[in-house]
Amino acid sequence: MMDTFAALAHGMAVAVQPMNLLYALIGVFLGTAVGVLPGIGPALTVALLLPVTYKLDPGGSLIMFAGIYYGGMYGGSTTAILINTPGESASMATALEGNKMAKAGRGGPALATSAIGSFVAGTIATIGLAFLAPWLVDFAVRFGPEDYFALMCVAFVTVSATFGDSPIRGLTSLFIGLTLGLVGIDKLTGQARLAFAVPELLDGVEVTTLAVGLFAVGEALYVASRRHHTEEKLEPVRGSLWMTKEDWKRSWRPWLRGTMFGFPIGALPAGGAEIPTFLSYSTEKRLTKHPEEFGKGAIEGVAGPEAANNASAAGTLVPLLTLGLPTSATAAMMLAGFQQYGLNPGPLLFAERPDLVWGLIASLFIANCMLLVLNLPLVGLWVRLLAIPQPWLYAGILVFATMGTIAAKPSVVELSMLAGFGVLGFLMRRFDFPIAPVVVGLILGPIAESQLRRALAISLGDPMTLVQSPISATLLGVALIALLAPFVLKGLGRFKANED
Amino acid sequence: MTSGDPVQPPRRVDRAGIVIAALLAATAAVLVWDARGLQSTAMYGMGPEAMPVVVASGLALLAIGNFVDALRGSLPARESADPVPVVLILVGLALLIAIIGFGGGFILATSALFVTTSAAFGRRAILVDSVIAIVMSTLIYLAFDRLLTLSLPTGPLERLL
Repeated sequence: MMDTFAALAHGMAVAVQPMNLLYALIGVFLGTAVGVLPGIGPALTVALLLPVTYKLDPGGSLIMFAGIYYGGMYGGSTTAILINTPGESASMATALEGNKMAKAGRGGPALATSAIGSFVAGTIATIGLAFLAPWLVDFAVRFGPEDYFALMCVAFVTVSATFGDSPIRGLTSLFIGLTLGLVGIDKLTGQARLAFAVPELLDGVEVTTLAVGLFAVGEALYVASRRHHTEEKLEPVRGSLWMTKEDWKRSWRPWLRGTMFGFPIGALPAGGAEIPTFLSYSTEKRLTKHPEEFGKGAIEGVAGPEAANNASAAGTLVPLLTLGLPTSATAAMMLAGFQQYGLNPGPLLFAERPDLVWGLIASLFIANCMLLVLNLPLVGLWVRLLAIPQPWLYAGILVFATMGTIAAKPSVVELSMLAGFGVLGFLMRRFDFPIAPVVVGLILGPIAESQLRRALAISLGDPMTLVQSPISATLLGVALIALLAPFVLKGLGRFKANED
Repeated sequence: MTSGDPVQPPRRVDRAGIVIAALLAATAAVLVWDARGLQSTAMYGMGPEAMPVVVASGLALLAIGNFVDALRGSLPARESADPVPVVLILVGLALLIAIIGFGGGFILATSALFVTTSAAFGRRAILVDSVIAIVMSTLIYLAFDRLLTLSLPTGPLERLL
């Protein structure tokens, strides 16, 4: 307990250095500005802004990341409320009620309750992260390679199969990611796999190229292909920005309940903010004193899911920082950010670079405060960004997306891969395959393989080692149940549809 | 998903689903073919060829699963898609790659992408967009080159700066 306070105080001392404060501010600002663009979720925001941090030192860059991460989430909810295009499924609940509020001229309070709710939830969840992380690290140092492998199996299954609409399509996405993860030189034997004698492929597939291709290029192609369907309508923010006393009274309980849903579910290696946001939405719908307003713009329906969304975002940092386990596309991008400096999150990083880890956690608090101060007064600026005509907006997004690859590796092969992943992302959207499992598969696949091979090398090739460790046996059991459950209970995947 | 237009009737063999299943099966075959060229040097445990075979088996199973879904026609309904803008954007990406590949530089390459994408989204003012694109990519180039000291590909236009 005291250790946590000491570590957090030390982290705060790192985070409040003027340069680091500046990085956090730039991160928050850029994150919101990019996240507010329609169709761009937090994962893509982080992926697009990764090149900006290339030349920074790891500490400053991770702090900027924390800001980009939270900023992207704030920006996403602004878009969801004002034009009803949730950049990601976690903002869907927000869009449901928030956009109705905006249409009814209550866009200001909707934005306010989402901003303050995100602040409350983010702060509580970050405190949760600070206290849970050291405890989990103590536990994780005892993990052997077979336990890590089993843990990754759990993550693979829950991210792809358990909570999606179709386990088959989710697993297909995961295996596409695993296949891409095989490309390149095998680290243990130095042999090239799936490189087809193309030298650029020997280094493997870049996570950022994949993510930007799937998310940015894929999204642009998809929106272009169905431009004739929908006309997006930007709701102007009319009336007061501020919440009335009544609004406060109706908001604070949903904020806290949303946090209670979001943080634990985010912290489990189950991934995704969808479940907690929808749980929160249906809970608020059940508990509200104004059931007639639901579906027409109930403030509880914005406050709860927004809090759940932010709390679960902080929750996903628990497995990411303590175990190196990304359970969402955004967390996978954060991991890519660590990896560009050769840092591997996990128990070792807490021991070796406490300044980095705790500086990052402390920056999350700071980023949250900055967002609260920045977001409401600057809402007029964000709204103006939303008003960019669609042709220029997507043209700009594509230029920005390719720029990252051009800056990192200006080769014809790399750019062709970017375009290819764009087509893949387009097809996956069109045929309703989830995208996040591909990114998680690419980034975790090689790690899982090396842990498994290490475990088997230690056990002299005896596969029983996987079930002899109690941790690993339990986790593999969990993974198996999580894999079979959706097939057995066909209703589980459909419960989301029943919510609304 | 909003849908207001004719979606295909359910419970019919979905041809796109069959193609997806075939592509997955083909990927599995490529994985196995590639893994056969690897030498297992590990004395104990798994060599480099084991994981590709595992992934290939998974892909093969999923190919069957997707095939069954396609036969049952239980894929989610799709809205009609307009291929023209998609092709236009892909042409833009191809132009970008070609210009970078032949040393045309960052500004020309990204401007080409900007103009084609903007056209794909329905704008017809190609001249205006070209001017906007060139100004914007020049500013980006200067920001990256001078401020962040990241080197972007140079071509005839960049050398003038």
